[in-house]
Amino acid sequence: MEAEAELAKGETRAARPSFTPAPARKPLGQGFKTPLSHRLAEWAIRVVAFAAILAIVLIFVVIAREALPLFFDAEAQDEIGGLDALLFARVWPGYDEASHIWQPVGEIPKLNVIPLLTGTLKVTVLAMLGSTPISFLAAIYVSQYAGHRVREVLKPAIELLASVPSVVLGFFALVVLASAVQSLFGTTYRLNAFVAALGLSLAIIPLVFTIAEDALRAVPRELSSAALALGARKHQVILRVILPAALPGLAAATILGLGRAIGETMIVLMASGNAAVVDLFDPTSSARTITATLAAELGEVTPGDPHWRVLFLLGTVLFAFTFVLNRVGAGIIDRLGRRLRAEAR
Amino acid sequence: MSTPSEPPKRSTLLPTRTPAGDRALHAASLAAVALVTISLFAIVGKVLWEGVPVLSVEFLTEAPSSDLLGGGILPSIYGTVLLTLLMTVCGVPVGIATGIYLAEYASHRSRTASLVRAAVQNLAGVPSIVFGLFGLGFFVMMVGRGLDDALYPGEGPVWGQPAVIWSALTLAVLTLPVVIVTTEEALRQVPTELRAAALGLGATRFQTTFKIVLPNAAPGILTGVILAVSRGAGEVAPIIFTGAANFLPYLPTDARDMFMHLGYHVFALSTQSPNVDSARPFLFATVTVLLALTFGLNLTAIVLRNRARRRHTP
Repeated sequence: MEAEAELAKGETRAARPSFTPAPARKPLGQGFKTPLSHRLAEWAIRVVAFAAILAIVLIFVVIAREALPLFFDAEAQDEIGGLDALLFARVWPGYDEASHIWQPVGEIPKLNVIPLLTGTLKVTVLAMLGSTPISFLAAIYVSQYAGHRVREVLKPAIELLASVPSVVLGFFALVVLASAVQSLFGTTYRLNAFVAALGLSLAIIPLVFTIAEDALRAVPRELSSAALALGARKHQVILRVILPAALPGLAAATILGLGRAIGETMIVLMASGNAAVVDLFDPTSSARTITATLAAELGEVTPGDPHWRVLFLLGTVLFAFTFVLNRVGAGIIDRLGRRLRAEAR
Repeated sequence: MSTPSEPPKRSTLLPTRTPAGDRALHAASLAAVALVTISLFAIVGKVLWEGVPVLSVEFLTEAPSSDLLGGGILPSIYGTVLLTLLMTVCGVPVGIATGIYLAEYASHRSRTASLVRAAVQNLAGVPSIVFGLFGLGFFVMMVGRGLDDALYPGEGPVWGQPAVIWSALTLAVLTLPVVIVTTEEALRQVPTELRAAALGLGATRFQTTFKIVLPNAAPGILTGVILAVSRGAGEVAPIIFTGAANFLPYLPTDARDMFMHLGYHVFALSTQSPNVDSARPFLFATVTVLLALTFGLNLTAIVLRNRARRRHTP
């Protein structure tokens, strides 16, 4: 890139009238024109490069468009019992007290999203609590303690774990982990939030580990060398010098891990039990997450139904939430990268 | 490293706390690594242990019986391969072009380039089920129905229904970031001297990019393509509504056909089968095939990438 800039500079210098006043000689590079086909191909590349932007905008527009009529269509609102029925408890016919119920199929569709939100929150928080400490510790080992050879084996191994399809992790949680958890803890339900969180951790750990390890390794050597020279022990260097210096990177790792945990579908769909209950604090009860609801129900709804619209609304919320998390996480990493590059100069 | 039996002189020089903390952190971090690697081995080991004995030539080359509890998984293997092939054809050229733009054409301070990068980062973080909603809402219902209205007005749905082409296009969008990021990285690893030499010899920028830079970055780009294929082959959530079928008595030969899929097969059989116990051997064997596919692809990618990196570091 720099050399190219040099070249460009050279060209402009050649094009400028030089100190010899004789203008008879053509400046270098003026006799040659880039062929039209080359320029066309280059323009095609520039246009195609917008595909990613187009995709992200299109995803949002398409999903939001399906959800939007919910807010303007009085008939659709009536069918679900008013917009406030989405969030607030209500005394449904046949029930004694006000309750949050997600029961989209039936004479009166009950589309209260609170059970889905609590289910998502429960599984996600459990998975994050389990996976972040393990990921950080593993990142500390690989970046600070492991020798070169060991690292060359460990990093690909953990990358390999990241490449296991989530349906395989879901299957493993469903068939193996669920039975193991039940026989160990004697849980009432074989499939529950805890099993789903275990499976989910397997998906998040490689992601959080990789980002955290990069962050720990990006801490300038001078810092740890200085601390070691002052007589600090290795663990003191790690805990008081390297970790604080890598804190933004670790935060980014957590945020991106959280985004992945909220958005993961197959594992929770297969292992969480999928009962829509409002029970935030019992890990051994079942949970129905937003993603699992979408995967399980969208195939059976008639397009345009209020239920269909609510599902797309959930999808929009999911998209928006993960979008913000990713923006924040990626922003932190970008800023760090720029700072490190600036320091290197 | 330091034990209590060390000469006291040194410990007075270094008035630090007991190294127990050091040992504790070392042990804890080692335990975490061990836990992660053991989990990986546990998953792979358990799947192979129960899956490999069930594998046979018939299992790989026969169609399943209609209750999915007998026969083989040929349609699922075929469907997965067909899907990823279509996905690669549709998505990879776009990804590579974007990578070329970011690495070769966009300037460092280009606003457009940073916007494209941000979009790529965000695209990589969109939950896979949201891609499923997008595929259904956009490809099946907008593009497909639009084609039907234009080409076959008044007839039943021809394009406007779940089909392998819509699943492939959805996955092409999903795997776009993988291709873009690896292509850009691979192009940036090509030494600038090569570009300077080509330009200096009078090649146009286009010739330099396509005849000099791109061939040199080929192994790295191939890595990205393989990673994208591996990712695409394993994703299930985006194809649930856009084309995957529970059971199909024929092999799809048309872009508008539905298809069977290894991952979807595992999902459907393990959650919707009335008789999970008798399905268990088949499930493990199917997972074995799926894991072999993704691991094989990923290991190839890792080896290729290491080779590509070594090539450009003198």
